Formats: sequence, structure tokens, C-alpha cells
Amino acid sequence: MTSPLEQKIRITGPSMVTANRTIDGAVVYRNGAHGWSTDLAQAAVVRNAEQARALLIEAVADDINAVGPYIAPVEISDDGKIAPGNLREHIRLNGLTIDLLPVSA
Amino acid sequence: MPLVKNGKIAADIFVHVPDDAELPQGGAVLVSAARFLEDPKALLARMGELGVIWPNNRDLDDLVPYLDRLAAVALVFPSFRDGRAYSQARLLRERHGYTGELRATGQVLRDQFLFMLRAGFDALEVKKESDAEAFALTAKRYSVFYQPTGDGRITALNRRMQQRHSESAR
Amino acid sequence: MYAYDELDRTLINERVEEFRDQVKRRLSGELTEDEFKMLRLQNGVYLQLHAYMFRVAIPYGTLSSQQLRRLAHVARKYDRGYGHFTTRQNIQFNWIKLAELPDALGDLAEVGIHAMQTSGNNTRNVTSDQWAGVAPGEVEDPRIWSELLRQYTTLHPEFSFLPRKFKFAITASAHDRAAIKIHDIGLRLHRNAQGEIGFEVLVGGGLGRTPFIGKTIKPFVHGRDLLSYVEAILRVYNQYGRRDNIYKARIKILVHELGIEKFAAEVDEEWRAMGDSALAVDDAVIEDIRSRFTYPAYEKLPHMPEELKKAAHDPMFERWRRNSVFTHKVQGYAIVTLSLKPVGGPPGDATADQMDALADLADKYSFGEIRVGHEQNLALPHVAKRDLPVLWKALDKLGLATPNVNLVSDIIACPGLDYCSLANARSIPIAQELTHRFANHDTAELIGRLHINISGCINACGHHHVGHIGILGVEKNGEEFYQITIGGRADENAELGVLIGPAVAYGEVADVVEDIVEAYLALRERPDELFVDAVKRLGVEPFRERVYATR
Repeated sequence: MTSPLEQKIRITGPSMVTANRTIDGAVVYRNGAHGWSTDLAQAAVVRNAEQARALLIEAVADDINAVGPYIAPVEISDDGKIAPGNLREHIRLNGLTIDLLPVSA
Repeated sequence: MPLVKNGKIAADIFVHVPDDAELPQGGAVLVSAARFLEDPKALLARMGELGVIWPNNRDLDDLVPYLDRLAAVALVFPSFRDGRAYSQARLLRERHGYTGELRATGQVLRDQFLFMLRAGFDALEVKKESDAEAFALTAKRYSVFYQPTGDGRITALNRRMQQRHSESAR
Repeated sequence: MYAYDELDRTLINERVEEFRDQVKRRLSGELTEDEFKMLRLQNGVYLQLHAYMFRVAIPYGTLSSQQLRRLAHVARKYDRGYGHFTTRQNIQFNWIKLAELPDALGDLAEVGIHAMQTSGNNTRNVTSDQWAGVAPGEVEDPRIWSELLRQYTTLHPEFSFLPRKFKFAITASAHDRAAIKIHDIGLRLHRNAQGEIGFEVLVGGGLGRTPFIGKTIKPFVHGRDLLSYVEAILRVYNQYGRRDNIYKARIKILVHELGIEKFAAEVDEEWRAMGDSALAVDDAVIEDIRSRFTYPAYEKLPHMPEELKKAAHDPMFERWRRNSVFTHKVQGYAIVTLSLKPVGGPPGDATADQMDALADLADKYSFGEIRVGHEQNLALPHVAKRDLPVLWKALDKLGLATPNVNLVSDIIACPGLDYCSLANARSIPIAQELTHRFANHDTAELIGRLHINISGCINACGHHHVGHIGILGVEKNGEEFYQITIGGRADENAELGVLIGPAVAYGEVADVVEDIVEAYLALRERPDELFVDAVKRLGVEPFRERVYATR
């Protein structure tokens, strides 16, 4: 598998860098403070390929904390709220779109 | 890059000589397959032990005629994920009866040590110092082996057969 | 049931300790993700959308009740209370934490369960017929040979870093329930004219981006030569399989590029050079493995017990019995398939409670043994017919008695975009909607045997290429679309399905399937002409017309 840095970076709109936390696999977003947050509102938003690349480089180097980082699209509403930019990120943020079998507590 | 030979970190008597460099007077050298095959006679006639670095994407046929005169064969793991050298190692040891030093070079990491030993490598150019230091511990990780290779370790099957024989002998 | 001996158990435990150390080194930063990834894959640990996914091996689909209980325990303690059975007879847990994995593996090791080589570029779970050992007319129990192969391929020093994954499957019945023709090596156990046990060996089957049906490389390899012959194949593949392009790295590509004759010649040359092999499988070796397989002490039971006669008046019981109960090789016994495809449920899932309850039922009614099939259903392989009525009641309460086995709502689906980072589209909600559309069991029975397979991406973990109806999720402009194929099959007459037309949108898939089914019902020659046979007879055209007439 090619690393995300080897692939050409293309941005079509506001984007962020997301990954999974190493220790437990939780979905995390690269924030503006050189760290990771599980809260999408904390995600650092990038708007061009250079910014994206810089953020991704930082993320890749931080693999002790999170694995498999990549650039993903976001939607920014008029009041500045960050929302997932595609179905995949929607599912990562909000969870399964299906009903599971009932599980006892 | 530490060398682990015969189970211990050891000084490396071999020098990797790049293709465009002159060979030193005497001393053990490792040369590329291309250089070796250009003039094997001359290289073999040289004073000092000779080792050949064989690429992992090339059949061993051209190397086999010289095996009994080589002090070392070095095989290559360009990535630890590329397992072709394991086959080459086993063929050298088990099919061609090679008894000289068989060295693993390239991306040689701790978690592949035991596979390499089982395939017949007895010298490892280990990428990380910490891995080399952990060699003894790592080599003892497993005591059960299912497959026979040329390494002499008793397989699980053999142990079971021995157990059966000793049980039926009672 | 195979009983691990001390050597098998020691190996599993040594593996757990090795992985514990590897996780420690990963979490401390001593190992980078790049170095660790292959190591975790070799223990079945994937990174998925939401979390790590943990794939546990169920060798040749056989579990003891004790093992099933331990899987339930792992689901509860380390996950979210459920697991997913896969198309390769394994089980997956979707929410596992890396830091807790060594403990989960340790708990599993106590009952002889491991996750070795359930992922990575190595030799994977050797799968077999879920009716192995109990199917009428079987040549010999293929699980004995599966176990032989399992041991041979576990931590093989030469073949742990292959160009790509490598999958084996073995069948010993005329009807192939193990789908051997879509495996890298498929083995058909049979006897030659002299009555000796051996294998037809097929190579180069596989789905994914470039699907192929396996080709016969040797019609008969004597049982004694199985391991040495397999080693020759693996060695040729290890050396010559492509490593420059992961989409061209499976052995099926090498076989296709060389041609089967040239490939067979290469293997034969290597095999002959191996000479008298330390891998010869003599009778003592087979006896040794067979000795650790235990078989039930079956009672002498009547073909038609009273309990069954009495229960026949109950139409619900009868419907289930006709659908889910299959002939056993021993008189008075039956093989019971448990559908994990309830209406509206995610196909192939089972909760920890279900697993525990099923383990108890297995103890009571199936000599403590459970099987896992590649169609993502379970089976109880040794049920006395007299116990069927009482078993059915218990299964029904647990939601494990949906009478839709092999019918249209018995859907095989990969986890898809709800779980999987490789997916382009969701598969589970498509499956769930289809089970609602075909919830009426009378209708499903009228339609007859019909396998729908759904994959959320071209990796084809749902085996859509060999579905009678195959559904493949693709992405078009950020939307989920689905390509539909028909006429595939995975058995001894394996074939790849044919595309019926352009991809359709998420909301239309269920309608399209209904149209296809309606076309079949209208066009079939007789009620018992199966869907897949009607497609073979008629070709794709009539179905294409029906589906795309108004689209």
C-alpha cells in the first residue's frame, strides 16, 4: 500500500485530516494544536493542497498516537459549523446506519 | 548496522564493496552478483574470502556452480514484506547443500528473525541496534514448529511420532 | 472435533506472547505503524472505519460449545456484545481495542482458538464443507486433511511473506459446499481407480478485481504427496508472483499470465527437484491427526421417531424442518442449519447471548459441536431427529430458526461501508431491505433456491461474482450505486455472473431484485427449475429487458 504522502494530494474544497487512535481505534481528527481530537468541531480545516500536505505530514509522523491518517472533505455551514463532507465520514462520525440485533446490557 | 552471526552480535569481517570501487588487497569482501559474474575466476582467485550478494528477483542457477568456493552468500530483503529470499535460502541450503555463511541483508527486523533462521540464514545484518540486542530472546520465542526445513529443528509431528513409539514400546 | 494437543496449544500461547510484545513495542513507539501493520495483520487485526476489527480463525468451520462460549465472552468483554461470521468460516469482532487484544487472544488461546494468519500476505484459514464428517456420500472427512494443511501452513518460515493472500479450500463431496473453485488452491478429495485417497488440485481461483474460476493443475495428487505438491506451488508463487502491483499479485494472475500448462510445468519441475520429501504424508501421519479427531457415539435410532410424527401437524415446525434440516449419513440423525439471516437483521451476525444459548443447545442436542458455513449461517451437525421439535422451539425463541436457508432472503453480504474502510458503498442495509421485501416465507419457498451475494467493493468479500444474483457497490459522484450480475454460482459448476446493465442507485436495488425475481417466475419452465438454471437457459437478455424497460 502506498503511504498517503506518496499519493498526489487533491483538494476540492475545505478538508481535514482524520485517522484512528492507535490504542483503541477511535475516530480522531487532527486539530490545530498538533494533536488529535475525537470532536470534529476541533478539526483543523485546510483549504489547499499545501496546507493539506503539511497537516498530513504532521499526522503521519505522529503514528504513536493515531494510525492511517488521510485527508477527507468537510462541509462548513454558514455559521462555521464543521460537518462531514461525504458518506464515509458521516458514518465514521455518527456510527452505523443500520439496526443491529438487540444485545443485552 | 550490527551483524548477528551464529546467535550473537559479532564483528563483521566482510566489507560490502560497491561495483565502481576497487577491491581491497586481501580481506573478506561482498560483491554484487553482476560484478561477480563478469569475472568469477578472477574474483575467486583473489586472496581473501569472497561473498556474493544475490538479488531476490533472480534465479540461483547462475550462482550454483560456485557455491562450494564462496565464503558467503548474501540474500536481500528489499522490504521485510518481500519474502522471496526465504525460498532462495532454503534452496541454497536444502537443495544445493550450501554450507557457507548465508546472510540476510536489507530490511531485517526482529519479527522475522526466527523465520530467517528456520530458512537457513546464519548471519543477519540487523537494521536496528535494539533488535540485534534482543536476538537471543527472540530466537527462543517459539518451541514448537510444524514444518520441516533444513534447520534441524524437530517438528511437532516428529515429536508426536517419537511419543507414540515410546508409548507403544512400553 | 479436533482436540489440540500440548504442542498445538504451546504454539498458540507462544504466538500470543509474541503479539503481546509486539503490541507493547507499538504502543511505546519502538515500532512504527509501517513496521507493525504486517505484524498485526498476521494476527487478524485490521483497521476499519470506526475501530480495529479482529478476525478470529475457526479452522474448517468447526467449533466446540466451549469455544463458542469463549467467543461470546470475547464479544461481551472486549467488544459490543456481538460477532459476525464471515464467508471464510471465521468470526469478526468490530470494536476491539488494540491495547486489549493480547488479553483477548490469551482468553481465546485457553480454549484452543487463535487468529494466526487470518489476514496478511500469507496462507489463510483452510476452509471446508460445513457438513464435513456428517454428509452422506462423503469420501472421507476432509477436515483431517484441512488440519494437516493448517499445521503445515501455520508460521511457515518460507511462505509468511507471499506476494498476496493465499486461500485454500477442501471438499470431499460431489456437491461442493466449500466453493473450492474460487480459491487459490482448491482440493477435491476423492479416490482413484485403485481406491487410494488423493486430490484433484485446482489453482488460481479467486474473486476481486479480476475474478477467475480455478483451473485443474493435476487431476490426482496422491494423499501422500499433498504437502510436497502444495509446497511446490507455493514456492513457484513466492518466487514469481508479481510484487509490483497489489491488484496483480494473486496466484490467479500468475496462472493466467503463464497459462495453466506452463504454470503446471513449473510446479512439476520444482516438485520433481524436491525429490523424496520430508513432507511425505504417510499413513502414520494421517493416523496421528485422525486420532485427535473425536466423533460422536451415535445411538441406533429409528428413521422416523414418534416425536417427529407428532410434530408434523405443526405447520410452523414443518416449514422449518423442510427448509433447515438436512439428511445425515447416520440414520436417525440430521444436520440442522441455523439461519443467521432474520428478517431485518444484519446477515451473519450473532449476539453473545445467542452464542451462549446455542452452546448449551449444542451440548444437549449436537454432542457439543457447532459448524460455521461460508454462507454465514451456523449448523448443528449431529442432531437426533427425535430432538428436532424441542430444538426448534428453543432456536425459534433465540431467533435462530428463520426458515429461509438457501432462499432469496438468505443473503450473503460483506460488512460494507457501515464498517469497512475499503468499501465504496453499504451492503447491510441493502440486505436488510431485501429481507423485508421477501419476508413472506410462502413467496420465498415459491421462488426456491436463490443465492444473493452483496459486496460493498470490488474486493468481493461478499462473493458477489458467484451469486445467483450478485450485487456490487460502487461509487459514482459521491453517491452509492450498485452493479447487478446474475447467473453466478460457487459450487462444482462454478461460474461468474454476468452484468445485466448499468449500475443502479441505492434506493432502486431492492426494486431491481424484485423485477429480476418476477421475470424468473414468469419465465421458468417448471416450478422446480432453479433461478440459476433458468438464467443459464435463457441468458441475461430477458432479465435485462425487464429491469431496464422503465429505467
